[in-house]
Amino acid sequence: MESPEPEAGLSAVVELAEASRSGDRRATARLLSLVERGGALADEVASATQAHVGGAHVVGITGAPGSGKSTITNSLTTLLSEAGQQPAVLAVDPSSPLTGGAILGDRVRMNGASDAGVFIRSMATRGHAGGLALAASGAVRVLDAAGFDPVVIETVGVGQVEVDVTDAADTTIVVVAPGWGDAVQANKAGLLEVADLFVVNKADRPGATDARRDLELMLDLSTVTGRAGFERPSITMTTATEGDGIGELATAVAGHLDLLSQGVELDRRREKRRIAEVRAHLEHLLVGAADEMLASEGLQPVRASESPMMVARRLAGQLLD
Amino acid sequence: MDDPRSTLSGIPLSPVYGEGPLPGEYPYTRGVHTDMYRSRLWTMRMFAGFGTATDTNGRFRELLRSGSTGLSTAFDMPTLMGRDSDHPWSLGEVGRAGVAVDTVEDMADLFADIDLGGVSTSMTINGPAAILLAMYVVVAEQGGVDRGQLAGTLQNDILKEYQAQKEYIFPPRPSVRLVTDVIRFTAAEMPRWNPVSVSGYHIREAGSTAVQELAFTLANGFAYVEAAVAAGLHVDDFAPRLSFFFNSHVDFFEEIGKFRAARRIWARWLRERYGAVDERSLKLRFHTQTAGVSLTAQQPETNIARVALQALAGVLGGTQSLHTDSHDEALALPSEEAARTALRTQQVIAHETGVTGVADPLGGSSYVEWMTDEVERRAEEVFAHLDEIGGGSILEGVHEGIQSGWFMGEIAESAYRFEREVNAGERIVVGVNAFIEGNGSSGAELLRVGQEAEDDQLARLAAVRLGRDSEAVAASLGRVIADATDTGVNLMPSLVRAVEARATVGEIVEALEGVFGTYVETAVV
Amino acid sequence: MVGTDLPIRVVLAKLGFDGHDRGLKVVARMLRDAGMEVVYLGLRQTTDSIVAAVEQEDADVVGISMHNAGHLTLGPMIVAALDEVGLDVPVVIGGIVPDADLSELEAAGVAAVLGPGASVEEVVSTVRSAVGRNGIT
Repeated sequence: MESPEPEAGLSAVVELAEASRSGDRRATARLLSLVERGGALADEVASATQAHVGGAHVVGITGAPGSGKSTITNSLTTLLSEAGQQPAVLAVDPSSPLTGGAILGDRVRMNGASDAGVFIRSMATRGHAGGLALAASGAVRVLDAAGFDPVVIETVGVGQVEVDVTDAADTTIVVVAPGWGDAVQANKAGLLEVADLFVVNKADRPGATDARRDLELMLDLSTVTGRAGFERPSITMTTATEGDGIGELATAVAGHLDLLSQGVELDRRREKRRIAEVRAHLEHLLVGAADEMLASEGLQPVRASESPMMVARRLAGQLLD
Repeated sequence: MDDPRSTLSGIPLSPVYGEGPLPGEYPYTRGVHTDMYRSRLWTMRMFAGFGTATDTNGRFRELLRSGSTGLSTAFDMPTLMGRDSDHPWSLGEVGRAGVAVDTVEDMADLFADIDLGGVSTSMTINGPAAILLAMYVVVAEQGGVDRGQLAGTLQNDILKEYQAQKEYIFPPRPSVRLVTDVIRFTAAEMPRWNPVSVSGYHIREAGSTAVQELAFTLANGFAYVEAAVAAGLHVDDFAPRLSFFFNSHVDFFEEIGKFRAARRIWARWLRERYGAVDERSLKLRFHTQTAGVSLTAQQPETNIARVALQALAGVLGGTQSLHTDSHDEALALPSEEAARTALRTQQVIAHETGVTGVADPLGGSSYVEWMTDEVERRAEEVFAHLDEIGGGSILEGVHEGIQSGWFMGEIAESAYRFEREVNAGERIVVGVNAFIEGNGSSGAELLRVGQEAEDDQLARLAAVRLGRDSEAVAASLGRVIADATDTGVNLMPSLVRAVEARATVGEIVEALEGVFGTYVETAVV
Repeated sequence: MVGTDLPIRVVLAKLGFDGHDRGLKVVARMLRDAGMEVVYLGLRQTTDSIVAAVEQEDADVVGISMHNAGHLTLGPMIVAALDEVGLDVPVVIGGIVPDADLSELEAAGVAAVLGPGASVEEVVSTVRSAVGRNGIT
């Protein structure tokens, strides 16, 4: 099953995009691979899918390792699928910083969702031209255009790169588990600011009510209440392994979308996301052009008396001319 | 040389050397008996099971004829997982790696013409252990042997399944309740039965280090003690009947240190932490099996030497019974000839080497005593960690370690570290990364179980389903469900009734799953 | 062209009841350290769940580990299940497979068999040659 090679070009991508929209999952999977590969074909994929996006509620799920994100994603999407929706999951896992390889181990906790027909795609964090956030946005676009709704992005809540992925979501869920001061850790990791909804998972454990209280307290004290000050996040208690609280979570997620849609917030967020994406692409293009310029010309015209900043200004002038 | 009281040269031997505490004295570092193998050799217990119950019965009766007094039963994968032979996943697995048991009829055939009052039977089963024990009781009593007369061991160690072997069915808490029900049942009605064999073997096979094997296993043992005490038993009511099962791997002195440390730790914890006063509660008795994972597919004859050295470590470590692996096990189920060589290896150690003449012959060696102390110290670090995450309870710590994937992560890292060392040539495995001249396929005859056994078993199961009173089956399963719902009730009596009504293992397991749920592991890669 | 050789994507799984996952986990780490992306499905998978994963993950190769002498039944079964939906993805089997069974597995379309004690180099090169590329970016 070869992905179309570059020379196959635009027509092949358009065909894949059409097949994907008509429910061909293999076509969707290949489009996702093209997005991951980056380059010209990824741009074609973006063009071919752009006209069909907007139908999906994009939900981000993040939290510390071991908090139960995958299990929640599994239970939530299984429930939605059984209720007649067509969820897809984009599960992001870290790559090894040494080898670039990765063990994508989220799917192993999503057997229920897989059996229920949920489309699941695993994505490693590294090796994306233009960065992970761009690749994730491109992948979400493919899934959205294919007709999946909601599209759930699951990502580990450590490190800015991973947290940035949640920018691609309309609604961001932050999962916290009792013990080891996880609520405090979540705060430190900047997760308080990105949360639209909180989940205290493993609610059957001692310390779950403490975790909830800690969160309430931090929200009381926080100057930024909820993402971009939109709405104070609600807190849902779940025991995902048993499926407890997942119905409430589904209601909270749907309720948040309603809330976003009532005013301009949904449009505002999507607009902001679009600008961020344009900006990232722009940055990528400019950096590429700059590298090319430096590679082809080197620093030949540079006089030792000129400061690096002066050189940069001069070259930028040429670049943007 | 079969006279352990003098050497080949005729030098007379004392039963033990050195200063106290001697073997048979607290904390039993040097052994649980005063003169160890002088008065009684270890039990040479060999594992058997393949095909249908009738096939295995033939092997059992042959073993008994040749002087064995203990039988050890290996069940096939569907039985171990509590599923019937006609379950879709059972395809290709029925009777392959052990014997298939679906109903009490199979259990009756398995032990046909064997005097259950006169043998001891070990059953290697965990998830559905309580059901298989119920079947054994029913078969014995139908043959006129009272349950109180039955001697044997049920592995019934579910915690290590979540940590290592992965043959679980229900979530950990209801599974521990089933273990506790068996402990209560045997404590009251089967005084000669060992209800749990706390097993490190599989933890080690999954890739742990010796220290991890020891620490995780003893922690599981402490967890069962805490669970049974919480269920209302006094520690001395059941602790004398807990037994252990360890791996004997290739690092000779580390293994010996592990066995000696195991006895000392168990004795101290049972006395000091759990308040045991009965001396039998403090004595850790264990079965040993040589390390299947250390066997190589390359130059398989070399495995005979590995097995001999590992068996010797078990004996010098003071084991109560021993299984020696067959040298062809890295390739297939053991052939009869290879199994015989493995048994002969034990007999050479027992009757020719003279190591049985003196109890704990290595005791007092600076190196062995240091190794024992060091293994113990490292194990105590693990207990401290589990005690902490369990909020002062080892049982809770073990549950937490399972749920968070801590045990699995530790084991997987150790396994990978070992593979990397072998691969980098830092650790030599003969025939694998060094001395590979002569590698090639071996001409050895391998045991194969064909499709016939599966077909036979499916026909037998269909016949039992047809011939039974289906209303009685349904009623008995209803009772199982009702009792499962009430945590105060012991499930064993309703399991015995369901088995009598010819309910299958799979049907009983499904009834219990309806109440307990099915465990899905949080996998740690 | 930027990054046209993507990392090789491998789906690793065990079929049926067999719970021995030590080998599979070690192989997962070996392949990760060789720069591959390993979609780890773990224990108790069905042919359906494996086929779904291969399709959705756009995998280049599937590795199935077996330790219960069921390889002659299960190996051809997974190859056939992939064939049936038109997924031309090589299947590599790992575990205890007697030499005598190799030709039967090969005839059934199994791409390669890795026995116990295979070195990292053997594992990695077997997967790479089954896929037909190195997958180094």
